[in-house]
Amino acid sequence: MTHPPKDPTAATMAVRTAVILFVFVIVFTGLLSGAYLWTRPAIEASAEEERMKLIDDVLPRGAYDNNLLRDTVRIPPSPLLGLDETSTVYRARRGGEIVALVLEAVAPDGYSGKIRLLLAVGADGTLSGVRVTQHRETPGLGDYIEPKKDKNKARPWITQFNGLSLATVGEREWRVKKDGGRFDSMAGATVTPRAVVKAVHKTLTYVEQERTHLFAPPEGSRP
Amino acid sequence: MITRDELRQIAGNGIWKQNTSIVQILGLCPLLAVTTNLVNGVMLSLATIIVMALSGFAVASLRNFIPHEIRIPVFILIVAALVTVVDLLFNANLHELYVVLGIFIPLIVTNCIVLARVEAFANKNPPLQSTVDGIFMGVGMLWTLALLGGLRELIGAGTLFSGIDMVFPGLQPLQLLPDDYPGLLLAILPPGAFILLGCMIAWKNWIEARAAARQAKLPSATGASVNAG
Repeated sequence: MTHPPKDPTAATMAVRTAVILFVFVIVFTGLLSGAYLWTRPAIEASAEEERMKLIDDVLPRGAYDNNLLRDTVRIPPSPLLGLDETSTVYRARRGGEIVALVLEAVAPDGYSGKIRLLLAVGADGTLSGVRVTQHRETPGLGDYIEPKKDKNKARPWITQFNGLSLATVGEREWRVKKDGGRFDSMAGATVTPRAVVKAVHKTLTYVEQERTHLFAPPEGSRP
Repeated sequence: MITRDELRQIAGNGIWKQNTSIVQILGLCPLLAVTTNLVNGVMLSLATIIVMALSGFAVASLRNFIPHEIRIPVFILIVAALVTVVDLLFNANLHELYVVLGIFIPLIVTNCIVLARVEAFANKNPPLQSTVDGIFMGVGMLWTLALLGGLRELIGAGTLFSGIDMVFPGLQPLQLLPDDYPGLLLAILPPGAFILLGCMIAWKNWIEARAAARQAKLPSATGASVNAG
């Protein structure tokens, strides 16, 4: 570009800077899209791997023989699950028979907002495992619901749910000990476990209610 | 090229004289949110060092093409694009590291240090110097955030290096205070960060004031000897 012979007017200045800004926007948008497209396959692969790792925490890989990420049911939002959007239920099968469901739930009443949970429920209604996938509970106080932050490494708090079902634990026992139930909680942080216990209980109730739909035969559910 | 003197000056500014957290008091948002323990503070700083070095280099290389009037939107564009690209590349190619650093990279966008250094330094200096400046500003942030995070963790929970097992699997956090230490929640919550940061700024000012006082005494002493002579 040659220099303008005289002082540029306001109009030419405006056009010039606008053009330069436009060029920068184009170049960097191009850079972003390029990076996005180039990295997408790898990111998607690792996201799937992450999801499998999460599922491994609640349901041992030996318990099923199908690719449960590909055998899913979409379920509408439900107040029992605390979800306000459509979510996905993964179905674990062995020899074609559904042995467990892996589903998400939200405890809306954590100490500081929502606590997201991942649960695996066996065909007989027994909890195979529960994990907290996302929360904003107070660090060092309410975050023991996450096994990584739990000081009790041998038997983290969240593993209390393993093996329980609506059939073996009565309606009134689905509370923390402080409220007369059966679940432990740590002094000074009962809001968090109370919310989790409630959400787990409601999820089991949901699975019981929707049993016919969730355990329905595979047609139409394999994408 | 970069001379020794320049290097020394840039390093001194970044680590102490113009320290982002305790002198410029910039980037308090991630500072408050993240420094609940030592490991988080260090990790955020490492991610920031990468982005600051890159953005310093990018802006310094392009500085002659950026009209003065629209430099701020262009800087924001460059920094935002770089952060996103770094985030994507990390996620795709260094997934193990991304799991650890990943949550901190988007947080850098909320950090005005990057924009501040780009505007104050990279805009006026060659690429090499600007890259070095970005790195040392990040190093300055690293030690202050590590200190702040360590103090908050120690006072708040009685531990040090909690979360280290996410970075180096197998390592265990240190329990420095007795197991029955009740913890001090205040230190872990944001007000605790403000209070401790205030103490650190006061400590830095105290050191500066003492050095200044000693300096002030020196000339008068030599002056007296001259008079005596």
